[in-house]
Amino acid sequence: MSAMANCPRSNRRRAALSVMALAAILAIAPVDSTAAGEWELSGSVTSELRIFPGDPAFPGQDANHFSPALSLEPRLVYEWSEGADRLTFAPFLRLDATQSGRSHADLREANWLHIGDGWGLVAGIDKVFWGVAESRHLVDIINQDDAVEDIDGEDKLGQPMVNLNLLGDWGTVSVFVLPGFRERAFPDSGDRLRGSLPVAEGDATFDAGARTHHVDLAARWSHAIGDWDLGIAHFRGTSREPRLLSETRPGGETVLVPHYDQIGQTSLDVQLTSGAWLWKLEAMTRSGHGARFAAAVGGFEHTVSGIFGTNADLGLLTEYNYDGRDEERAPATVFDDDLFLGARLTLNDVQDTSVLGGAIIDRDTRSTILFAEAERRIGDNWKIELEGRFFLNVSDSDPIAGIRKDDFVTLRLSRFF
Amino acid sequence: MRILLLLLLALTSAPLSVSGAEDSQARGEAIAREADLRDRGFGDNRTVLTMILQDRKGRTRERRLRIDTLEVPDETRGDKSLVVFETPRDMKGTALLSHAQILEDDDQWLFLPALKRVKRISSANKTSSFFGSEFAYEDITGQELGKYAYKWLSDDVCGELDCYVVERLPLFRNSGYSRLVTWYDTAEYRVQRIDYYDHKETLLKTLTLSGYRQYLGRFWRAQTYTMENFRTGKTTRLIYDVYKFQTGLTEEHFRKGNLRRVE
Repeated sequence: MSAMANCPRSNRRRAALSVMALAAILAIAPVDSTAAGEWELSGSVTSELRIFPGDPAFPGQDANHFSPALSLEPRLVYEWSEGADRLTFAPFLRLDATQSGRSHADLREANWLHIGDGWGLVAGIDKVFWGVAESRHLVDIINQDDAVEDIDGEDKLGQPMVNLNLLGDWGTVSVFVLPGFRERAFPDSGDRLRGSLPVAEGDATFDAGARTHHVDLAARWSHAIGDWDLGIAHFRGTSREPRLLSETRPGGETVLVPHYDQIGQTSLDVQLTSGAWLWKLEAMTRSGHGARFAAAVGGFEHTVSGIFGTNADLGLLTEYNYDGRDEERAPATVFDDDLFLGARLTLNDVQDTSVLGGAIIDRDTRSTILFAEAERRIGDNWKIELEGRFFLNVSDSDPIAGIRKDDFVTLRLSRFF
Repeated sequence: MRILLLLLLALTSAPLSVSGAEDSQARGEAIAREADLRDRGFGDNRTVLTMILQDRKGRTRERRLRIDTLEVPDETRGDKSLVVFETPRDMKGTALLSHAQILEDDDQWLFLPALKRVKRISSANKTSSFFGSEFAYEDITGQELGKYAYKWLSDDVCGELDCYVVERLPLFRNSGYSRLVTWYDTAEYRVQRIDYYDHKETLLKTLTLSGYRQYLGRFWRAQTYTMENFRTGKTTRLIYDVYKFQTGLTEEHFRKGNLRRVE
C-alpha cells in the first residue's frame, strides 16, 4: 500500500470511504443462515502499458515514453430472498508508475438493490448509463467522468443515490435523488494528457452554497415501442462538467480553478432499429451555463454481415455532433461541430475478437482525433486490448490544445476471476 | 459424402411429389402443429447450461450460461427469452433479451455490464453466430409455428424410434437456410434431428437432440443439443443441467427496464 501514500489526499479519502462502505455493507448483510443468501466474488486485475511516442509539450511534464500501470476491479455481490435483495460492492484501484494524478481509488458501486413487484429501489453508490450514441455520451449525466482514467468519457465515478424505478407496460420511470456531488479529477501538472494550464482542483468553487452536499435530482422515462427505443429525462443540480476559470496566483503562476454551476438539463434519446440499420439521436437543452443552449448527436450504425464470406460483421458508424454552448460562460467542448466516422470489425469467433477504428473531425478547424481499439480473449480468463489515440491539426485555441503532443498507445492485459 | 446424401434425399423425396404437394403440406403442418400443441402451457422455464465449443482440431472451450424463457400464449407473437453469461469471466453478467416475433425481426437488447449500458441491437442478421458458437441466432430464438411453411417428406427410422421427416421453409426475411429437414419422433413429436441446408442447397449443419426427459409429466426437453457444422468442421454442444418449469417468471422479468438488474 506504500504507493497509496503518493496518491492525492482526495484519493486517500476515497479509499477510506470504500473501507467504511464495505464495513457498512458487511454490517447490514444478514448473517442469519436461514436467509440462505449467496456471496459471489468476481472481477479483474489488469496490467497496462501506455506508450507516448512524442516528447511532452510542457516543462515539468514526465518525459518517460513508457508509463506502466496496474488496476484492480473486484466485485463482491451478496444476494438473498431469491435475488430480490442484493448488495454490491465494487471498488476500483489504479496505480500508475509515472502519472501520479492517474493513481486513484474509487467506489464504482456500493449499494443495496431491492426488486419489488413492478418496482426496484437502489440505495447507495451506483453507476447509471443513459443514451444511444457512440461518439459522445451527451445525455448521460448521473455519474461524474473518471477523467484521469481515460479521455473517452466511458469511465465513470460512482455516484451516491437513492433511485426508484417503476416498470410497467408504459415503460420505465426512474427517479433519482443524488446527495453528494463527485468533483472531476484532473491529471497532475507533471502528467501527460493534461490541459495547457494546471488545474487547482482543491480550490473548486460552486454555485450551490452547500457545495458538494447539494442534493441533485433527476427523472427519466424510457420505453421501447416497436422499433423505437425512447428516453426523456430531466436533471436539476450541479453540472458534472466544471467551467475552468483562469486565475493568477500571487507568485505569478496562472492556474485554472474549476467552477461547478447549477444547471437544468432536459434530454431526449431515440434509437430506431430498422433491419441492419440503427438510427440514433441524442439531444439536450441546458440552462445555467450562460444562455440556454441546445446540443445534439445523431447518426447511424449500419452492419454488413458475413463479410468476405466469413462469420465476421462490419459495422459502419457515422455521427454528427452539434453543440450551441456559449464559449465564454459554459465549459469548453470539442464536440461543437464535429463529424465522427468509424468502422467496427467483429469476427464473431470464440475469442470475441473485435477491432474499432475511426476519427472525430472538427468541421471548422479540421482538428482531428484518430482512434483505434482492438481486443481479443486469450484462453478462458484473459483478455488483451490495444488502443491508440492520435491528435492531428490541433490549433492553440482548441480545447484539447494541451494534449496535442500526447498521442498514445495503450496495451492492456487483463485477468478475470 | 454430402453429395451422396443430397442424391439420396432427391431420390427419396421424388416419389412423394406424385402423392400430391397439397397433401404433403397439410400433413407436414399437422405434424408441426401437434408438436407445438404438446408443448403449449409450459408457462416459463429457467435453465442452466454449458456450451462446449469444439474446433476442427478437437480443442474445446466451455461457456456457462443461464437461459430463462417465458411462453407467450398469443400465437401472433413469439416467446421471450433472457440469456445471461456466467463464463467466460470477462463476459460475466452480459445479457441478451429477446422478444421473438413471427415474421418480423425479433426485438433484441444487449446488456453490457462494464458500462451498465443497455443497447438495442439489430436482429436482421439471423445467420450470425450466437456468441462464437455453431448456432445461429435463428436456431436459438423462437421456433414458432408461424415462422415456417411445412411439407411432410417421409416416415423414417431415427435411431431406435420412428420419425416423421418434415421439411420446414423459413417464411421470415434473411434466413440463412433454404430449408430445414426436421425429424419428429412419432411417439411424442419430439424433434430428434434437424438438417440445415444453405441457399446453395448444401447441407450446412446437423443438429442432434438427445437425452430427452419429461418434466411436469408432460413437457419433453433434450439434455444435449449437438450442432455439427460441415463447412467449418466445428461442433457446438449445449448441455442442460438444470431445467425448472413454471417458476413464476412474469413479463416483468423480460422487460428492457429490468436488464440492468440482471446479475
